[in-house]
Amino acid sequence: MEWEVVIGLEIHVQLATQTKIFSGASTAFGAEPNTQACAVDLALPGTLPVFNENALRMAIMFGLAIDAEIGKRSVFERKNYFYPDLPKGYQTTQLAEPIVGTGHVDIQLEDGSSRRVRIHHAHLEEDAGKSLHEDFHGMSGIDLNRAGTPLVEIVSEPDMRSAKEAAAYARKIHAIVTTLGICDGNMAEGSMRCDCNVSIRPKGQEALGTRTELKNINSFRFIERAIETEVARQIDLIEDGGRVVQETRLYDPDRNETRSMRSKEEANDYRYFPCPDLLPVIIDDAYIETIREQLPELPDARRQRFIDQYSLSDYDAGVLASERAQADYFEEVVTLTGDAKLSANWITGELARFLNQADLSISASPVSAQQLAGLIQRIQDDTITGKIGKNVFELLWNEGGTADSIIEAKGLKQVNDSGAIEAAIDQVIAQCTPQVDQYIAAEPDKRGKMLGFFMGQVMKLTQGKANPGQVQGLLKQKLDQLC
Amino acid sequence: MSLDRSDVERIAHLARLAIHEPEIPEYTESLNSILSLIDQMQATPTDGIEPLAHPLDAVQRLRSDVVTEANQRDSLQACAPAVEDGLFLVPKVIE
Amino acid sequence: MFNLTLSELSQALSQGQFSSLELTQALLERIKRLDSQYNSFITLSEEQALLQAKAADASRAAGHATPLTGLPVAHKDLFCTQGIRTSCGSRMLDNFVSPYNATLVERLNQAGMVTLGKTNMDEFAMGSSNESSYYGPARNPWDSQRVPGGSSGGSAAAVAARLVPAATGSDTGGSIRQPAALCGITGLKPTYGRISRYGMIAYASSFDQAGPMTRSAEDAALLLQAMAGEDPLDSTCAVHPVPDYRASLNNSLSGLRIGLPKEYFAEGTDPEILQRVREAVAEFEKMGAQVKEVSLPNTQLSIPAYYILAPAEASSNLSRFDGVRYGHRCAAPKDLEDLYKRTREEGFGTEVKRRIMVGTYALSEGFYDAYYRKAQQIRRLIQQDFVRVLQDVDVIMAPVTPCAAFPLGEKNSDPVSMYMEDVFTLSLNLAGLPGMSIPCGFSGHLPVGLQLIGNYFDEARLLNIAHQYQQVTDWHQHTPANLSED
Repeated sequence: MEWEVVIGLEIHVQLATQTKIFSGASTAFGAEPNTQACAVDLALPGTLPVFNENALRMAIMFGLAIDAEIGKRSVFERKNYFYPDLPKGYQTTQLAEPIVGTGHVDIQLEDGSSRRVRIHHAHLEEDAGKSLHEDFHGMSGIDLNRAGTPLVEIVSEPDMRSAKEAAAYARKIHAIVTTLGICDGNMAEGSMRCDCNVSIRPKGQEALGTRTELKNINSFRFIERAIETEVARQIDLIEDGGRVVQETRLYDPDRNETRSMRSKEEANDYRYFPCPDLLPVIIDDAYIETIREQLPELPDARRQRFIDQYSLSDYDAGVLASERAQADYFEEVVTLTGDAKLSANWITGELARFLNQADLSISASPVSAQQLAGLIQRIQDDTITGKIGKNVFELLWNEGGTADSIIEAKGLKQVNDSGAIEAAIDQVIAQCTPQVDQYIAAEPDKRGKMLGFFMGQVMKLTQGKANPGQVQGLLKQKLDQLC
Repeated sequence: MSLDRSDVERIAHLARLAIHEPEIPEYTESLNSILSLIDQMQATPTDGIEPLAHPLDAVQRLRSDVVTEANQRDSLQACAPAVEDGLFLVPKVIE
Repeated sequence: MFNLTLSELSQALSQGQFSSLELTQALLERIKRLDSQYNSFITLSEEQALLQAKAADASRAAGHATPLTGLPVAHKDLFCTQGIRTSCGSRMLDNFVSPYNATLVERLNQAGMVTLGKTNMDEFAMGSSNESSYYGPARNPWDSQRVPGGSSGGSAAAVAARLVPAATGSDTGGSIRQPAALCGITGLKPTYGRISRYGMIAYASSFDQAGPMTRSAEDAALLLQAMAGEDPLDSTCAVHPVPDYRASLNNSLSGLRIGLPKEYFAEGTDPEILQRVREAVAEFEKMGAQVKEVSLPNTQLSIPAYYILAPAEASSNLSRFDGVRYGHRCAAPKDLEDLYKRTREEGFGTEVKRRIMVGTYALSEGFYDAYYRKAQQIRRLIQQDFVRVLQDVDVIMAPVTPCAAFPLGEKNSDPVSMYMEDVFTLSLNLAGLPGMSIPCGFSGHLPVGLQLIGNYFDEARLLNIAHQYQQVTDWHQHTPANLSED
């Protein structure tokens, strides 16, 4: 049977506020346990929440970016359940009246087409603390620093049909929230976490199959692998005559398998009701419009502009526009070099490779946009070759400085002196008699291909510094004279 | 609406209250008498009446996003039943 | 000294008749000697009180005294007091020493008041007799075999027994007015949101309101002045100007429009109480007030609506007491669920558990609309009743309670009969309106309270009305016959 996969995502985005959603404690990551959990975060008796305006502004920014209706009236509710990382015994969240209503994003698929994913709503809520499972005499330790960190939970419709689409959607949300500057986008630190609702149905069937929920996935790669694994499990199960049980499952990346979280299986009754400690949040059009005016250029618009303005390929434009810091970096380099294609190649190529290896984001890149532009400019003016450029880049990365200072100090300047180049060519011709003989014996139309070997030898001899264009011209001239 | 023993047990579980077997009849009886008092309101028609969550027709005030709380872990944990390395200790949490 | 009101004490201090330290020492000594009869205090904060008194005397000497500087006060034990145990009348918080001050406590400290201690109360403010306290019931100074009312029973008993000139209380369904009535003192429940709730341990968030419990309306005005006003730490605290409450105390009542709601004068109430209330109304007529009958037709529904909404909020508010971060924790929990269930079973008393269960049930799946939402709709009906009536009259007058102080143990075993005790007070909390109880005579040897109900943020008018009454009557000056006068 042919199966269709149906996926909906719930993405939790930690907002990049200075303080918690309902208290004045810092949200900075990585502090000593419970040093950023104030009386309100610990739910001390008598404490009360007061709503952080910046969390509201950020949620509205997101709503505007996905073309959603903004809730002029939104209401916080309590979701009641007991858990040690939930100090009040309820999570303050939104249910019936969220801040962001229905919206949508468009994702680009590999075949170049695009698909619209509808967003059901997005709401504000507070994050929980963390349970640490290192053994404290058979006990768990509770750190409440994260408790009360503002979250926007973005709930999609079940509009995705493959693991790749789900990952593309998650990347698009990531691009939007980082471009807006409302989230640092650091998935390893849990700034963006994903729950995937996955079901399958026979192709052509209207009714949805029973879904499972894969909890708390924090990388794009894992989203893709977890869904693929879960889909395979569901297909096997059904084809073996079993049936899918609605449950919460955990993806184990080490074993590449999903498994049931039985501890969360207990039928819960969350007893939602409007939080009596908070009043309805009422905003007007003027408030929304002020925020709209301050929105930065969004990833889709920027991607299109990169195509139109810089003649970049869809692919390069999409990659560069996917993160605000990267797009800004690119534009800074282009402003200095005037060559979009070359700049894009360096950023998506060499720079991306180094950043990946060092596990750094572009905003933490040791090579700044000015430094990279300085390097590209030396390639443009034939001071160095592209190949030498890579060496210079590595030195810039490791040691800092400017391309000029490195080229000067290491003597990497390209050789444009035709006398020196001719001498090198002569030396190669003298040393490579067999190859020269082959060249002479070859049909004239095959000789072009054989030129590469001599090019390589000359470049090697000149330590890559010879101007490749000049080498090619002179080589051909000299060899053809021998024929 | 009348509660039976299993309702009382379910509610006690939701509220995380241990309930001893001999207390169940007493709880069931007193909860039922409270519910019958409460059920007096069912006779009043309320169709179309906007629920009142707060007596004042006020709206949420907003706090500016400025850190106001310094680390006070020691004083805040002074009354904690079990703490180690700055963490609150609880029986093992099973994910 | 013990019979002086705050206002009189303030004058005595400023005239140098005695110091705050002398006053504080004398009261602490009196409490230690006599409170075993009343059980009105849970904790005495002697050390801090003496420090505060010395500081108050120093600031007076330096010329920085406010009208409250050096005056003693006691706080109901649900206001968080830094460095002083804050038990909320519960085993759950028997060992809880608050690391911070409630906003109200902070304000009275700033004004220079001296905290003598924390007063007894029904556990988590759930009760009308003080009998649900983990620390045993406070007793009524007018008859020690009878209840002082609740939940602010300790505050009312302490003020009535002249152990302290004034105390703070909180009123969720009548918890200031009812004990004030039963103990013959003056109690004011302000408009919801008039005083910050920050640091006041929550029972039902959309009802809870702090207020002063004193021996005169003038003292209530003095205290309210310092307690009222917006607080950046409480979202529900009103942003509404605070008038000068004492400035209007002597306004004339000529032309005052009084409404008497017929539903509050129906059968079932002690005829003596109704008679005292009518006599009080007659006093106002002598002062030039006009009286008319009004109707609050949904009054009876206030009991069911309240006993859904308040327990529902409470069931959620009290979830934080889980034995993890503070408070009671059961011995040797075998797993998480055991930790929660035994901690909460041991830490909470019967009435608290009962209300948590009612509230949990009312919010549970399938019942929300029939209970919680329905009760919120009724809440609106009750509010509309008041809004309509208060367009025609300036103040509503009524009894506070259907009967005078009842014997200890009489209603304790039957929650429904205890809940009926609140019939005249609950509806105000549902509507969020301000109300007062002032002494207006006796039923036998027991005090009777007159309830004054005003419009939103119209506390100044209630205080004016109460003060004028206390200028022409002396019910508020009566003291229990057996009271130790030394």
